[in-house]
This record gives sequence, structure tokens and C-alpha cells, in this order.
Amino acid sequence: MTALRIISPGGYTTIQDKGRFGFQHVGIPVSGVLDAFAFTLANFLAGNPGNTPVMEITVMGPSLEIRKEMDMALTGAQMGISVNGVPMDQWASIRVKPGDLVTIGQVRAGCRAYLAFGGGIRVPEIMGSFSTYVGGKIGGFKGRPLQKEDLLETGDSPLLTRPRAVPPSLVPVYSSEPVLRAIPGPQADYFDTGLNTLFQSEYTVTVKADRMGYRLQGEPIPIKSGMPKSIVSEPSMPGGIQIPADEQPIILLVEQTVGGYAKIATVISSDLPLVAQTTPGDTLRFESVDLATAHGLIRERQNQIKAVKEMIEAL
Amino acid sequence: MGKAPLVCRLAGDTGLIVEFGEGIDPVVNARVRAVAAAVKTRSPRGIIEIIPTYRSLLLIYDPLITLPEKLIRFIEQADSGLGDEDAGPFRRVDIPVCYGGEFGPDMDTVAKTAGLGIEEVIQRHSAPDYLIYMVGFTPGFPFLGGLDERLFTPRLKTPRMAVPRGSVGIANNQTGIYPITSPGGWQIIGRTPLTLFAPFRENPFLYQAGDRIRFIPISPEEYTAIKEKEDRS
Repeated sequence: MTALRIISPGGYTTIQDKGRFGFQHVGIPVSGVLDAFAFTLANFLAGNPGNTPVMEITVMGPSLEIRKEMDMALTGAQMGISVNGVPMDQWASIRVKPGDLVTIGQVRAGCRAYLAFGGGIRVPEIMGSFSTYVGGKIGGFKGRPLQKEDLLETGDSPLLTRPRAVPPSLVPVYSSEPVLRAIPGPQADYFDTGLNTLFQSEYTVTVKADRMGYRLQGEPIPIKSGMPKSIVSEPSMPGGIQIPADEQPIILLVEQTVGGYAKIATVISSDLPLVAQTTPGDTLRFESVDLATAHGLIRERQNQIKAVKEMIEAL
Repeated sequence: MGKAPLVCRLAGDTGLIVEFGEGIDPVVNARVRAVAAAVKTRSPRGIIEIIPTYRSLLLIYDPLITLPEKLIRFIEQADSGLGDEDAGPFRRVDIPVCYGGEFGPDMDTVAKTAGLGIEEVIQRHSAPDYLIYMVGFTPGFPFLGGLDERLFTPRLKTPRMAVPRGSVGIANNQTGIYPITSPGGWQIIGRTPLTLFAPFRENPFLYQAGDRIRFIPISPEEYTAIKEKEDRS
């Protein structure tokens, strides 16, 4: 049964889950949500298990006609959401019914919002994931971003017995000038003064910023003399900061597998959502941390999500 | 000849790169694949992905379950007990290619750079058994070693926005095939009618790293016939 119709798709809206793992050795990137924190809470608010597919919405929100009674929730970037013209809260469950018109607006803070529906959006599972990999034309809805007049189905799931909301004090505030923590990269030894440059300068997000990577502009980062300008091609991790021939850094993201340039540092997993929530013109700074600190932050973030869930359930 | 010592590099807080040697070398590559196979068989806790490359392994791990120090010890153990013959069995895969013409817009450049006639470029490109060192970049893109030195040709100065799927190309000492239409800067000399990435096929790929590929020259008529059959299945 159709659960919703796309009246307008917004800026760039794809279906994503946590990602497609286990196929990078054959050239399939992980894809998946860029802001895992907002994604996890969107599903929790809509009453879904952790890894349920949602819409990842970029910069401009979609308009939807609802055809089924269900719960939904919008987290991530601040875009504003209304049902039949009545403004509703983000980071909270919303009950909708057939005939409702849902409108999500233009981004005011952040870049990417996550819209979850109770029961999850129903799309075919491909290689263990529902995520859209647009370059490979697989996953999500027909392997592409959503378009006008697409009809989507959702799974069957009991309605929430009580509404759910994230307490305002726990809603992230997205900065347009975040400080990203990073650990020295796999080819940090290719650089000398470049490392100081990276950690002491400010970089601007250019218009070439998408799910493959964010190209930045700022103080050039030269490879130290005597080192080759490229490396034997190797796989990249999301967050890897690659320095190509023009010496301007690129933060590699989730639709990327193999690269041939040296990577000076890697943004830690816990700070990838901060990258995902910046738009062209925003400025980034980098702060060096060690591996143990990064691991501690992953654990802290997990505990935080658990605590938020418990708090919401207790409300 | 002894094995080179392992070099470990951190790829963020969930990735570990272990290098087994320098450059592009079939012996080093066989060692990489042998260790990858050993790790896969013993599947230590906390490993999410094992990605073999030209001369290294990328291990993606869950830091709440395991740590790089543990993984390095595990890799060292796996490596010390292995010979190159442990890279496992491989397949030979024939890839039909229609060379030149509309399918090979850079054939003239490659022929001119080599100082050879087109027929001889085809003959030399389709002669070797190419080792698949690594698969990546796009789904099923094989990085092949063993190209005839005379055919070495630098990449295009300006990459194309869209290289059609099935295109066979050359970049310096490498040759490879574009399984899906994607941007690319390799010199394109021909095209295969085979579907190299079929996500809904039981086995989406025709080959994996370690397999050997041979290119079989075909005519435009044969190309059309195979292509029609592929599109129907």
C-alpha cells in the first residue's frame, strides 16, 4: 500500500540506512547516512529499530502527500516542518493520517535532515543494505534520488502509544564554523610543515561538496620535498583528508572507494556529522587528537545515544 | 629472498592499513591476498571489512570490540605461516572486446604514442594473461598488471565526465575496464559487451582480485550479438 507521494523532492533526497558493508573489495562504497547521530534518533522517535531506512534531505526539504496513518520524525538540520500548514517540532514524533500535506522548508542551520517513518521506508535490500549509491545506480528507490510523483511504501508497525521527543537541551546545535578533531593520516609522513598548516589554518567549504567528498579551499598544503606526489592506489575511509596535486584538501566521504593521493589526516568518526552539517561557504578548523581519544569519544557517543533513548522513554 | 617487514598505518579511528611491500609487484600482491584469505577464514572478532589492495590490506574494525594492536599481532601471525602459493585458486576470465572505432576513441593516441599500427596494438593488448591486483574505484573495476611496455600511455590531460560502461582503457602501466558509466581519465581503446556489474545477478561480478583476465578481440557484429544476449538476461 502506498504510504506517501512525493509532491516535490527537495534539493537532493535519497533513501539511506547505516550503509552497505562488506563490498568495498569489489568497489562498492559504503554509502549510508552522513550524520549517524541524527539518523539514529530519527528512527527512535518514529518507533523504529536502529538501522531502518530513512530519507536523507539536503538543503531544501520535500513536500509529501500522506496516504497512511503513521508516526514520523525529522531530525538533523533545522529546516522547519509543517503538516497542513501547521508548524510542528523537529526532533519529535509527529502523527500523520491519509490526506495530510507535509512540507519541509529551506535549511536554516546545518545541511542534512533525516526523515523517518514508523515501519521504515520499504525499498529492496541490495547487498545487505537499503542505502542509495547514486553513482552505481543501486539501492534506495530505483538507485536514484527521489523525484516528483514517486510513490513510496512503508513497513507495518504499531503506532506509538505516547509521543516521543528529544529534550531541547540535547538537540545538537550545528555550527557554520565547526572544529573537527582528526588523527594523523595514513600518509602523515608525506608532510612536514603541511601538518602545522592543516591544524593552524581555516578552510572554506567550496561548492564541490557532496556525498563523495568535500573540497576545501585555504592555505595550500604541500607534500614534503622528495616525496612522490601520489601513492599506489588504496581504499579510503570516510573522513580521510586527501591532498591532491593542487594542494587543497578534500575530506573524503561515503561514496568513495579508491584514491591515489596522500591522506594527511582523518576526521574522527564522532565528528563526521559536523562535516555533513556544513554547507558551501562555511569554515572548518582541525584539531589533532590521538587514537585513544577518538575511541573514547566513540564510546561516549554510544552512551549518549543510549541515555537519550532512556530519557525519552521515561518521559 | 625474505619478506619485507610490515608497515602499519592508521586510517582514522576504525581503519588499519597494513603494507606488505612497495609498489606494484605480483609477489607482494599474492602475499596480500593470502593474508586476506587467512584473516577471512579465521574471522577475528570486531572486523567489519577486509579490503585487499595492490600491496596492502585495509581492515575496518569496531573499536568497541577490538584494537589495532590486536589486529597487527593477528596479521603478523597469519603472515608468518604463509607462502605465496597460499593466495588460493584463481579463475581465468575471457573478456570479449571490440577495439577501436566508436568504442575506442583514444586508439589513435595509443597507437601513435607506441609507434605501432592499430592491429599491432590490439594484438599486444590481447596477448597477456593480466593479473587482477585489486578491484575498486567503481563496482567491479579491475586494476590489471602486465601491460605490454610499448602500450604505456599517460592519462588524458582532462578526464571525461562520462566514460561509457564496458570501456577498456590504459593509464600509464595499467589497463582496466569501466564496469559502470563514470567519470574517468584513462585512454579508451575498446569496449566489452559483457555486463561486468549486475547487482541482481546471483553473482554480481565475473571476477575478483587474484583472477586472470584475457581480452579476446571481437568484431562490431559480434559485439552487437553478445550485447543483445546480455541485455536480455
